[in-house]
Amino acid sequence: MSLDAKIPQGPLAEKWSKHKFNLKLVNPANKRKYDVIIVGTGLAGASAAASLAELGYNVKAFCFQDSPRRAHSIAAQGGINGAKNYQNDGDSIYRLFYDTIKGGDYRAREANVYRLAENSVNIIDQCVAQGVPFAREYGGLLDNRSFGGSQVSRTFYARGQTGQQLLLGAYSALNRQIHLGKVKMYTRTEMLDVVVVDGQAKGIITRNLKTGEIESHGGHAVLLATGGYGNVFYLSTNAIGSNVTAAWRAHKRGAFFANPCYTQIHPTCIPVTGDHQSKLTLMSESLRNDGRVWAPKTAEVAEKLRKKEITAAQVKEDERDYFLERKYPSFGNLVPRDVASRNAKEMTDEGKGVGTTGLAVYLDFAEAIQRLGEDTVRAKYGNLFDMYYQITDENPYKQPMRIYPAVHYTMGGLWVDYNLSTNVPGLYAMGECNFSDHGANRLGASALMQGLSDGYFVIPYTIGDYLATIGPKAIDTSHPAFEKTKQEVIAYNNKLLALKGNKTVVEYHRELGHIIWEYCGMARTEEGLIKAKGLIKALKADFWVNAIVTGENDEVNAALERAGRVADFIELGELMIDDALMRRESCGGHFRLESQTPEGEALRDDDNYAFVAAWEFKGENQEEELHKEELIFENVKLSQRSYK
Amino acid sequence: MSGNMNLTLKVWRQKNSQTAGKFVTYKAEGISPDMSFLEMLDVVNESLTKNNGEPIHFDHDCREGICGSCSLYINGRPHGPKKAITTCQLHMRTFSDGETITIEPWRAAAFPVVKDLGTDRSAFDRIQQAGGFISVNTGAAQDANAILIPKVIADEAFNSATCIGCGACVAACKNASAMLFTSAKITQLGLLPQGQPERYSRVQAMVAQMDEEGFGNCTNTGACEAECPKEITLMNIGRMNNDYYSAKLFREEHAHDHTGGE
Ligand SMILES: Cc1cc2nc3c(=O)[nH]c(=O)nc-3n(C[C@H](O)[C@H](O)[C@H](O)COP(=O)(O)OP(=O)(O)OC[C@H]3O[C@@H](n4cnc5c(N)ncnc54)[C@H](O)[C@@H]3O)c2cc1C
Ligand code: SF4
Ligand code: FES
Repeated sequence: MSLDAKIPQGPLAEKWSKHKFNLKLVNPANKRKYDVIIVGTGLAGASAAASLAELGYNVKAFCFQDSPRRAHSIAAQGGINGAKNYQNDGDSIYRLFYDTIKGGDYRAREANVYRLAENSVNIIDQCVAQGVPFAREYGGLLDNRSFGGSQVSRTFYARGQTGQQLLLGAYSALNRQIHLGKVKMYTRTEMLDVVVVDGQAKGIITRNLKTGEIESHGGHAVLLATGGYGNVFYLSTNAIGSNVTAAWRAHKRGAFFANPCYTQIHPTCIPVTGDHQSKLTLMSESLRNDGRVWAPKTAEVAEKLRKKEITAAQVKEDERDYFLERKYPSFGNLVPRDVASRNAKEMTDEGKGVGTTGLAVYLDFAEAIQRLGEDTVRAKYGNLFDMYYQITDENPYKQPMRIYPAVHYTMGGLWVDYNLSTNVPGLYAMGECNFSDHGANRLGASALMQGLSDGYFVIPYTIGDYLATIGPKAIDTSHPAFEKTKQEVIAYNNKLLALKGNKTVVEYHRELGHIIWEYCGMARTEEGLIKAKGLIKALKADFWVNAIVTGENDEVNAALERAGRVADFIELGELMIDDALMRRESCGGHFRLESQTPEGEALRDDDNYAFVAAWEFKGENQEEELHKEELIFENVKLSQRSYK
Repeated sequence: MSGNMNLTLKVWRQKNSQTAGKFVTYKAEGISPDMSFLEMLDVVNESLTKNNGEPIHFDHDCREGICGSCSLYINGRPHGPKKAITTCQLHMRTFSDGETITIEPWRAAAFPVVKDLGTDRSAFDRIQQAGGFISVNTGAAQDANAILIPKVIADEAFNSATCIGCGACVAACKNASAMLFTSAKITQLGLLPQGQPERYSRVQAMVAQMDEEGFGNCTNTGACEAECPKEITLMNIGRMNNDYYSAKLFREEHAHDHTGGE
């Protein structure tokens, strides 16, 4: 099986416009003869559903929440990039492209990333036209901020709730099409499988989460926009419902899964307090503009802090280690996310962590408060400080915040070509559930951009090319493939419902999370990964004997929903480990201890690993087969990242 | 790490919208004050699961106060006793050891119970679908900075736009009115230049849908504003009424069905 990314020929800046011209079109009168299935109505799915319906296609859209407005995208805080150069600070499409390629540690495709930067400009226009209330300057123009490592101000934002406003914009465009009858919306409906007929995706099997009914839906194409799989770690900043099921089941039907070991870990989250914890909360990266990160210089002082014998304020200046400022004088506290995260882990590994669990470092605003005054700090970060206070019961104006890295975003996902098509014809993937555009270390403010670029500006063009080829012949859901897939889904659910052991699904999920975080988290070693592989295998075997799944199918059954998702996470976990083992280099968020520079930075091996790893499912309990898509860099020169 | 609070919970259990519900009493033991309210319920559910009981169903997702899923009526108040936060942000340190806590779903005819503490709030979606949008197709939007919006207006519009669609306003209201929710969207779009062309048809379409869904009327009690986790103000209802009456009195030409164009 050869992996053709279908990257158009020609100069980088012209690839997308030329490609758009070369793609086949569907005649306007014919568009209504095509049904398109879209699973997921977060930023990627809602924007795609609205855009395709506007073009005239019949869209059937699905989400498991009770309303599309509740998709996980709603929680994104910081902002969205756009190469508008409104600030006249030298930004350009090329610069955004360059920063993103470099930030991804040269493990993303040039052509995709360039198109993303190109589309970013239109996204901002589109959102504003829809009524998204971005921050404005007094003169009425849009305001921008700078974000994570970037040297220009290109991030558009709506207070700390950018994701919410962008999603509500896409949701309203979707609502308009529902009103017009061009989109049929299925809420509280979970996709459980893809139906493949003669090698092409022709529909999906779903479970109605209110009645338990298992249903078949046919479509000329199936588009997945089902988000990321960060919850494989159990604790993450993702919404509780975020899961990998749709992508994983598609993978088992033939779609390749790419770069599963690439996870982005965010340095400024509120630390774990105990086993009861169900999720972690992110504190916007903007805090590091003014907050100084430190840990005690010695393990003894840290110990006293943990035992509450002394307070942070009592630790003298010369007993504090402002480790980011010390090690990275030019970027200081604003080093990229992977660097900040790894250094915090190093501190706690050396016994210098603070807080009762010892898994935290300080983010201190004392100096900023002295310099700017409490009111100014409140105006800038007030809502974040309140949130922190709400969760921890500690007042960050009076004592430093405790922070620790947490899983935030996954860069791996279904393999797609330049048209966002998986290797299964008719099956597409958009937004966080595909692997494209981010490489190994996505920077801030680019996931929202990718979701909307895919949904508003890529898929509406590329899908026509496929649909025109297959023609508008009606999809026959009485084809045996539909019935067969449906029966398999029913049998699988029954197998889950028959589990009447002694351990809850949540316990398995937590255990899985511990394994992946420990061995495939911020740092990985050959030895640890091999160990993890054994542990997950045992966990999986145990799950299918000893798990408890309560209730029946034909009712609202959150236990059954969760069981299916956790079973898929366990299988994905195995693949993440294999992928991390295979990649004997460090790049961005994938840090192999065996591969680092003398200064302790991630050391890439471009000669051997400048490829996308795309895995093929070979059957239950079989090792997956690795396919490589070589990455070719014609426009940027590969260089070692350095933030010294 | 578990804690030392022991609580008694009186929880509304209801199999589905067709069957009658009732309160059932549970013990919640070893609760840590650091747990969120939903994490406390997780603990109860874990022990129910292990003891052949059926876990309590409730809606939740982000657990960060932004998705609007969580919707518990705690001791007679939507989202519990604290101001301006959602249930998922409420922590157990707010309660004291030994306390009895009563937990119910939102109660409103337009929000039928799905199971236990979860309700069907799709009526809110239908109100938005009736006109809570600006009709613009993808592609070819003008440059974003070509539309100037004074900062104060953008900020005001943003304040209204922060509504999370949780339905606490409806649950708090003795008339189960959806005016606060509906008016928040109308205000957001009505303040922005982009929202002007459809301003009057929008308000009529959305108000008509709100009535059709069976929400009650506003009698200016203000319980919605007091309980709204996002502090959406009654001013929004004022603006909506204003637009609604302007539309009725002076803009009959706008009263046609709101199709949004194609
Ligand atoms: C706390 C936080 C802050 C963030 N801040 C930023 C930021 O500032 N800037 C930035 O660029 N990015 C940010 N991100 C990342 C960004 O939010 C996500 O990458 C992005 O929103 C993903 O969008 P999506 O449309 O791909 O998926 P989602 O929004 O996750 O949507 C998934 C959709 O799929 C549906 N779905 C999933 N599985 C199924 C199934 N089996 N059946 C039916 N439906 C299904 C869901 O119902 C949902 O509608 C942040 C992420 C987090 C966690
Ligand atoms: S107005 Fe407030 S209470 Fe009502 S739905 Fe919106 S956020 Fe919830
Ligand atoms: S769970 Fe999202 S607002 Fe509470």
